[in-house]
Amino acid sequence: MCRLFALTSKDPVSPMLAIKALDVMKEGHDGSGMGLLLQDLGGPFEEMKEAPILSGIFSEEGIRRLDLFMMDKGFLTKYKITLKVPKKSVPGIPKRDLYLIRAYELPEDWDTLEPDEISQRLMMILLKIREMGEEKKDMMVFSFWPDTIMIKEIGDPMQLADYLGLDRKELNARIIMAQGRQNTNYAINLYACHPFFINGYCTMTNGENTAFIPIKDFLSSRDFPGYMGYQSDSEVFAHILHYAMVGLDMGIDAYKHVITPLQEKDLQQHPDAPFLAHLKRTCRPLIIDGPNCVIGTLPDHSLFMVQDRKKLRPGVVGGKAGLFGFSSEICGLDAVIPDRDTTKDIQPMHIDTAIVSPDRQEVKICRQTEALNLPL
Amino acid sequence: MSSNRSLEPSSLSLNDLPWQIRYSNDRCTLCGQCTAVCPVQAIELKVFQKRMVKISIQQDTPHSNQYDTFYGIRQKTRVENACIGCAMCTMVCPNDAIAPVKNPGLDRLKFHINQKGIPRRRGGRRNSSQSILDRIKFTRISMLTDPALDAGRHEFEMRTLLGRVLSPRENMKRLKEKGWIPPVREIYPLIIGGMSFGALSPSMWEGLQMGVAYLNEEMGMPVRICTGEGGCPPRLLRSRFLKYVILQIASGYFGWDEIIHAIPHMKEDPCAIEIKYGQGAKPGDGGLLMWHKVNKLIAAIRGVPPGISLPSPPTHQTQYSIEESVAKMLQSMSMAWGFRVPVYPKISASSTSLAVLNNLTRNDFASGLAIDGEDGGTGAAYTVSMDHMGHPIASCIRDNYLNLIKIGKQNEIPIFAGGGIGKNGNLAANAAALIMMGASGVQIGKYVMQAAAGCVGTEEDRCNVCNVGICPKGITSQDPRLYRRLDPEDVAQRIVDLFISFDTELKKIVAPLGRSTSLPIGMSDALGIDDHAAAQRLSIKYVV
Repeated sequence: MCRLFALTSKDPVSPMLAIKALDVMKEGHDGSGMGLLLQDLGGPFEEMKEAPILSGIFSEEGIRRLDLFMMDKGFLTKYKITLKVPKKSVPGIPKRDLYLIRAYELPEDWDTLEPDEISQRLMMILLKIREMGEEKKDMMVFSFWPDTIMIKEIGDPMQLADYLGLDRKELNARIIMAQGRQNTNYAINLYACHPFFINGYCTMTNGENTAFIPIKDFLSSRDFPGYMGYQSDSEVFAHILHYAMVGLDMGIDAYKHVITPLQEKDLQQHPDAPFLAHLKRTCRPLIIDGPNCVIGTLPDHSLFMVQDRKKLRPGVVGGKAGLFGFSSEICGLDAVIPDRDTTKDIQPMHIDTAIVSPDRQEVKICRQTEALNLPL
Repeated sequence: MSSNRSLEPSSLSLNDLPWQIRYSNDRCTLCGQCTAVCPVQAIELKVFQKRMVKISIQQDTPHSNQYDTFYGIRQKTRVENACIGCAMCTMVCPNDAIAPVKNPGLDRLKFHINQKGIPRRRGGRRNSSQSILDRIKFTRISMLTDPALDAGRHEFEMRTLLGRVLSPRENMKRLKEKGWIPPVREIYPLIIGGMSFGALSPSMWEGLQMGVAYLNEEMGMPVRICTGEGGCPPRLLRSRFLKYVILQIASGYFGWDEIIHAIPHMKEDPCAIEIKYGQGAKPGDGGLLMWHKVNKLIAAIRGVPPGISLPSPPTHQTQYSIEESVAKMLQSMSMAWGFRVPVYPKISASSTSLAVLNNLTRNDFASGLAIDGEDGGTGAAYTVSMDHMGHPIASCIRDNYLNLIKIGKQNEIPIFAGGGIGKNGNLAANAAALIMMGASGVQIGKYVMQAAAGCVGTEEDRCNVCNVGICPKGITSQDPRLYRRLDPEDVAQRIVDLFISFDTELKKIVAPLGRSTSLPIGMSDALGIDDHAAAQRLSIKYVV
């Protein structure tokens, strides 16, 4: 079972905080990979919130091809961070040419576009680069989105952090999601490494997804090009989130009703029973069976945690005003926020969605049996 | 027959018959029960003479004969009296003196069951015990990476949807705009398929209905039963139990005068309307209720004169095209109940099924598609149709489901599979395999007769006389002397046993796969088969 840690902080903090938490939960990951999402960035990116940032790994040839491609599309580099790696290789970490974090200026002719259209175009560009990279094995891209950095690599999280020099101010962020990977049934493939990002929505999960195939089939047939990949059975959690919130225009309180709907008896007693019955029917192929703990972030920088219907995975949320952590284990939380009031730690149960909104003042528990904020 | 007599072409010996009576004169009490119970008068009481030659050892005493006479059972060899292997004789024999045995060689009866130019007709099945479904294994067992669930303790929701489910977006839009949203029923995924009042005896029908009502009202299982094409007793039409019933309309429209007239008096809507266009056992052929079974009661319910054969045409005569069949008929039937009742077609599995499905996807009134495979049963059909016509269910369901995925409508039109599910007794495993290949649920018929009423039919051409109303168990007979053998209360009890045990077995299959909160429709990664070609054809794993 992979270990997850996410934090949301009023002030930008170093990604090392989250990696420290992964390190204390070390028995739960095996060095087969780490994934890191940084959002609501501090440092130089603070000044360029609109500029999409491309994150990925490139070979020398790949970067040349990327530059040509991006220039052709009208993108100009606005800012970049170069992660310099030591010359001496570290066992367990593959040798790469370049870890790219590069913010671009949007093409001029995009100025008049609606935000939805911009999202769509950014996604299509990311998919195209991914396709080009897969063809020649010279590029791997994880996100292309404003105010968002993703780093993924094979290796032990703490070693990787040292190797990549992640403890630097430019990478400080207010939202950090980190996953230490326990490789199971898929070959080590960075596209299978959490967190998964799609157009501002991001999730990471532990546990297997036993309902993967029907969910994948459903998403793949939505005629939305971003619903692809699926090297990991957990990628669907991010896409379901995106589908529920963008495709169906619902709030985060409805996400759990999509993946783990109430059973008939509870559903009938719900204040929004008729709506939920329709949602359950129409989104039936998106029902998960677990065991999964899902931690995710939304475009407004809310952070949330949900569990499967039987609550078969651990997960705890705790912190203090201004800083909250979401962790697979309490020891991870202790390592990062030792001075919190532990009596207020919350372990979300089978009908809970734990949410920390962008004001970072409290953990709100949204129970599935409560009324929904409906789009109707 | 004497050895110097001429032979008729259809003169058969015991060795030519598919079933041979083994009889022990030593144990027989000559009670006569076997001859009385035999549905085809295959056996008769006979007087046998035995000659004993007495050789004298005295020169002056001549050799002599002693004639001994005794009574016993003799099997007839005439075509019309050929033993059907039902073994009712064995059942009634107090001394276990008699039993039919399958001819281990090749019988020659099949060359002669066309006397007077009428090819063999029978009830039953295809008579092939081969089953691809039995060979499918569930191989994705949760081990360590995710815990297997507990079939006995975890909560399960093994339900399916019957009805047109709109895409989430379209459904949301219509909710907002208060538009028409097609009716959807949440039902148990094991459905009792269409067996008509007429094909089945009154006792059997009553038992089925009672069992279904009990399952719904006492056990909380939303089990549904289809009427088949034969109408529905007026009292049931006007009762609250109608909501558990799927009314079937087929090309003969039998009983629909009564149904239409009952609509204003209905307390509840029926669960759904099934329009039968085809049946897996006899694809391209219509329904058939032979005159033997059309008594006064059946005639009244169906709205026909008694004592005549009732062959339904192979197609709905008023319709000449798929637009007629699908668009107009679905819409008309929907309209009859104010668009509150799901209406769906049932077709024979065929290489043309995909075309039907594609057409249905563009019609909001199509609430699903039931596909009946070649191993489906029937009350009466020509043997040639049963044995040689049709399409296996597994690949047909798979093709249709994969096609729905391609167009993104896999949750929108439920596909129900029928035909040979559980034919070798592995009901839950067969049903689960079909569900994981994409079926939303399964329909069963023969299994119900076997499990709930003791039908003696097997895949070895045993009995199969449903068509002529002489069912020795009283399941498919309209003769009171026969159907009184069956107590409806007992049938109801067995229906409940069947569904409860099926439910446990289904949970025992899905729990180790880590599934419980929803029926694992299309979870094909769980399946494997030890045949490479079949694995490729069904897009599942090849395992050896």
